[in-house]
Amino acid sequence: MTTPTLTSFAAPRGGAQGPSGSCAGPASASIALKPNEDARYVLRLADTCLIWSHRLAEWCGHAPVLEEDIALANHALDLLGQSRALLTHAGRLEGQGFDEDQLAYLRDERDFINVTLAELPNGATAGGRGDFAFTVLRNFVLSSWALLMWQHLAASRDAELAAIAGKAVKEARYHREHAADWVIRLGDGTEDSALRMQAALERLWPYTNELFDSDAVDRAAADSGLGPAWATLREAWLADVQDVLAQATLPMPPKSAYRSDAKRGMHTEHMGRLLAEMQVLQRNHPGGRW
Amino acid sequence: MSSEAKSEWPLWEVFVRSKAGLDHKHCGSLHAPDAKAAVQLAREVYTRRQEGTSIWVVRSDQIVASDPGDKDMYFDPMADKVYRHPTFYELPESVNHM
Amino acid sequence: MYTQAMDTAPKEERSALEDAALQQRFDARIDAGDFIEAKDWMPEHYRKTLVRQISQHAHSEIVGMLPEGNWITRAPTLKRKAILLAKVQDEGGHGLYLYAAAETLGTSRDQMIEALHSGRAKYSSIFNYPTLAWADVGVIGWLVDGAAIMNQVPLCRCSYAPYARAMVRICREESFHQRQGFDALYVMMTQGTDSQRAMVQDAVNRWWWPSLMMFGPPDSASTHSEQSMRWGIKRISNDDLRQKFVDACVDQARVLGVTLPDPDLKWNEARGHWDFGAIDWDEFWRVVGGDGPCNRERLAARVAAWEEGAWVREAAMAHQRKAVLKEKAA
Repeated sequence: MTTPTLTSFAAPRGGAQGPSGSCAGPASASIALKPNEDARYVLRLADTCLIWSHRLAEWCGHAPVLEEDIALANHALDLLGQSRALLTHAGRLEGQGFDEDQLAYLRDERDFINVTLAELPNGATAGGRGDFAFTVLRNFVLSSWALLMWQHLAASRDAELAAIAGKAVKEARYHREHAADWVIRLGDGTEDSALRMQAALERLWPYTNELFDSDAVDRAAADSGLGPAWATLREAWLADVQDVLAQATLPMPPKSAYRSDAKRGMHTEHMGRLLAEMQVLQRNHPGGRW
Repeated sequence: MSSEAKSEWPLWEVFVRSKAGLDHKHCGSLHAPDAKAAVQLAREVYTRRQEGTSIWVVRSDQIVASDPGDKDMYFDPMADKVYRHPTFYELPESVNHM
Repeated sequence: MYTQAMDTAPKEERSALEDAALQQRFDARIDAGDFIEAKDWMPEHYRKTLVRQISQHAHSEIVGMLPEGNWITRAPTLKRKAILLAKVQDEGGHGLYLYAAAETLGTSRDQMIEALHSGRAKYSSIFNYPTLAWADVGVIGWLVDGAAIMNQVPLCRCSYAPYARAMVRICREESFHQRQGFDALYVMMTQGTDSQRAMVQDAVNRWWWPSLMMFGPPDSASTHSEQSMRWGIKRISNDDLRQKFVDACVDQARVLGVTLPDPDLKWNEARGHWDFGAIDWDEFWRVVGGDGPCNRERLAARVAAWEEGAWVREAAMAHQRKAVLKEKAA
């Protein structure tokens, strides 16, 4: 049995500790981040992978067919692996020494900076178990974006980020293809499946603007060679999406004026519930070892 | 076609070559709607993300098999099929519920 | 384990002379330890028994995804989340291998699923208990997977080869399931907080007796073991397996520092085994009969996934039929 890694000390290393090495004070208190622009840039990707993986994992045991249940779990595991590598790296860049678990389990909602699309629930309505149409569309749209992102990041001036990208790009290529195949199968399947896909596309589309909306963080990354400005990915992504939607006989939705901002910490009402569930054990067992 | 039959995915046999130089080995079957999905799902189910493997998939009802060795054994009418899967056999509509 | 409450089998009709000769040849092969393959002649009762056993084993794996799957989104570290997701995924995969093995006997996946959803087919009773705390996940790995492994290894030599091959594949993948559960408990017990240790002990208290019930009714109450044993479908008696399990767990519990909730647990020097207390067979039959803590919820979850997914399966086939037509027209 391997020695487990340190987890869930609420204070950063070097912080106050009680007599027997246990944490003194409010050990379940949230950590406070002070990320620079580089850390923020990496965290956006890390959090997107983490939260997207979480939504995919919700399907485990409930997918429409056993083979696809296994495939979705693989996708979730790939994304989880990517998020762990990115979180660890972001923790290094941020400088306070937080590890992957502290970042995942002890940050407050406002400090998570995933894209909004990742946190939307799988269900069509709040009560629904899962809308497979929405899931495959989200998978395709985000995988297509992620593939472009990883392809650019493979040339990052940051060696660690480039290394993570080198591995992730192969996974993203497969994720994109598997998801695109589903979009086509369901878009051009039965009348019923086409209607469901159209409804899912309408629900999803307004949140895609955020994927290409650049700000000071990614402009700085582009200037320094850390990674691409998000806006530069739009053209290639749109061409890919148009092509696949056409094969799926699904209409391109009209341009939306909607602005979503989870990547700046302003989430939907869904994020609070997601984090409450995800973080509950660490919050309830301060100083716990897992 | 009954609604159940409309949505039932065909059965595919999966053969995997785990390393260059080895033969493809039969490792089981799975259900998939089409050939491309069958290869992808075979990778997901039977190789779990290992690199460098080769996968063959064949629809189970396309496999032609020899008879079992013993000539005195009884044979099924569809003697060349790999096994007695219910959907391999087209029955008249009136008895198709069995 | 997967046919804990098997009905009595109908007597075989042996009218034809050929049938008798085939039966004799079949019996000789079985007794010689030969493997039976899908297209070989086999008695109808052998086929039916295997379909029942293999499909119920498959159903157990699939339903078994639910109690642990319940904790994936709440896994307390990213490493534990990855491990749990991989483990539950493995269980799905095992179910798939077993459905595939059963399909070689003349049934289909859809037919087997229909049997499960209608209540005609059973699955292992253990999965009708709820997972109320994170520690349950570790205890399931330790006790439930531990019990399953004891049952599974002998099945690798089952006379029906497709089932034996599926079991070999499953046993190879099973190696990490029990270890990860035990490891999770070990960390909590030896390095964790008081609240974590209390959580582990509480989980052990709730899962110990149901785990012993997994091995099925006592040999004295089991009607079919003889025939199943001759066919190599079942190789070791319920009571023997159960005893082997208790002996192993007592040592493991000591390493963990947990107490097994049985005041009658006592080393018996004469037998060379641990004596243990009386199992509540009323509870067992109640759970097997459908009134366990969450039988209805488990089945409802599976039925919902299947029914809500029908449009997806249908659309995939509709797309495929269109593609075939397009190809023909081209």
